[in-house]
Amino acid sequence: MFTGLFSSESLQEAIGVLQTEIPFAIWETFYVTVLSTALAIVIGLPLGVLLVVGEKGGVCPIPAWLLKALNVVINLLRSIPFLILMIMVFPLCRLLIGTTVGTNATIVPLVVAAFPFIARLAEGSMREVNPNVIEAAQSMGATPFQIIWKVMIPESIPSLISNATVAITTILGYSAMSGIIGGGGLGKIAINYGYYRYKYLVMVVAVILLILLVQIFQSVGTHLAIKSDKRLKK
Amino acid sequence: MIELVHLSKTFQVSDGTVEALRDITLHIERGDIYGIIGMSGAGKSTLVRCINMLERPTSGQVIVDGKEMNAMSASQLREARRSITMIFQGFNLLMQRNCLQNICFPMELAGFKKADAKRRAMELLELVGLPDKAKSYPAQLSGGQQQRVAIARALAINPKVLLCDEATSALDPNTTHSILELIKEINQKLGITVVVITHQMSVVEDICNHVAILDGGRVVEEGLVSDVFSSPQSAAAKKLVFPSGVDETLLSQTDGRRIRLVFNGAQVTGAPIIAKMAVDIGVLANIIAASTRTIDAQAYGNMLLDIPKDSEQFDRALEYLSAIPNVIAEEVKD
Repeated sequence: MFTGLFSSESLQEAIGVLQTEIPFAIWETFYVTVLSTALAIVIGLPLGVLLVVGEKGGVCPIPAWLLKALNVVINLLRSIPFLILMIMVFPLCRLLIGTTVGTNATIVPLVVAAFPFIARLAEGSMREVNPNVIEAAQSMGATPFQIIWKVMIPESIPSLISNATVAITTILGYSAMSGIIGGGGLGKIAINYGYYRYKYLVMVVAVILLILLVQIFQSVGTHLAIKSDKRLKK
Repeated sequence: MIELVHLSKTFQVSDGTVEALRDITLHIERGDIYGIIGMSGAGKSTLVRCINMLERPTSGQVIVDGKEMNAMSASQLREARRSITMIFQGFNLLMQRNCLQNICFPMELAGFKKADAKRRAMELLELVGLPDKAKSYPAQLSGGQQQRVAIARALAINPKVLLCDEATSALDPNTTHSILELIKEINQKLGITVVVITHQMSVVEDICNHVAILDGGRVVEEGLVSDVFSSPQSAAAKKLVFPSGVDETLLSQTDGRRIRLVFNGAQVTGAPIIAKMAVDIGVLANIIAASTRTIDAQAYGNMLLDIPKDSEQFDRALEYLSAIPNVIAEEVKD
């Protein structure tokens, strides 16, 4: 498969692609990943908070059947493989974006796949908040909304940031997969050149760039999580 | 100030029910420092949480400052809780906020103006002796300092009642002493009624005027600290006053009279008072039980002595011991 990987012919082609298509592909991947993560957080974070505060004995209990239904829906969405999910949300895509191909259209399946994942991560972060601190806030007469907004979320910021980093790197991986259904970005280049046209060097270059992006997201996320944590003595 | 009337609390657990509190009736006066003491599992934490309705009692009434807490709506209760603050064993500060922001927290909840809250928080930091820690985060402070910040936070919106739930149990003896002094000072300066929950006798001895002893969810003894401690009646009270136990063999062998000594910060280190008494006045005492500790070279705790029955010797001993500063000596009768 990799014989002639560095032949002068393939090197020339790779350099050509690197100069023409890759810069825009990097931007597309970055834009799709960040926008999808942001939208998924907007839906997933409140859901994750609700999973914790809505429990029996929680800060703001909701009916048990509703909580159960939420859990079932989240598990259901998380168990569908992303490749299948992309196809299944075509109708929703058409409804929201007007088309099922192109970079913007891939944001829909990415958000649908990511928000249940983010809800679970946020749920984990909320459970890490010391219940005694919540009790202290209750003893001061805090309303459920004040407890969520002024205690649970601020106290779990470092954990939320590191979980958001996990989410963004996962979504970056998914966004590369969306090259199959006509989404743009580095994934598209890797599939088009590597899988359809046997131009493996271009594929390798695209993959290396994906790895670099993951590294950058992860380093920035870890740095921010540590920097934001006031529990660490400095 | 606080009235508990036939209070009971039952918890449902997987294998039946647990009666945490059984028919508790207590009356706590305005401005008092009231101790509620008991071993682990006696129901103290549940009892204190019933006062501000963090736990709903199964039956009975809780009346604080003339208002019936258990009959309130959620929003009335939140309002009432602002005048009943609480400090905890684990301090429970917001770890992602600095000290100043922590003290501002209850004022934020109550809708104070930012500048007013900040000004008041600085005053309170001054009061608890940490004026230079405004910008420090809780993780950078020692346990004693964190509890001081928690006390400042509790005082922020001028409460009428301060509930202390094992507030000094996580602290070393020196720090415990200074925190208790601070609570006493607050009680005297601001006239706040204080309820102290603890398993440590020394805490009650240090600051409380009245005490209730809780055992198995019931109040087994209640009254002035000096009365309850000088002649504990119930088994639970005896165990608390003399945790290492009274030497029963020694008790049954002697037919002397007994003196209870209470050390309340006496300067007795380096002066063996019992031996000194033997030399000075020739009275030989037997130590039946003792529970003392030394903080900053001052002794705290109590001791039970057996003195020969001879009434003249007994009187001399009582007089001798009473003359030592910060020591209370009293006869204990069965």
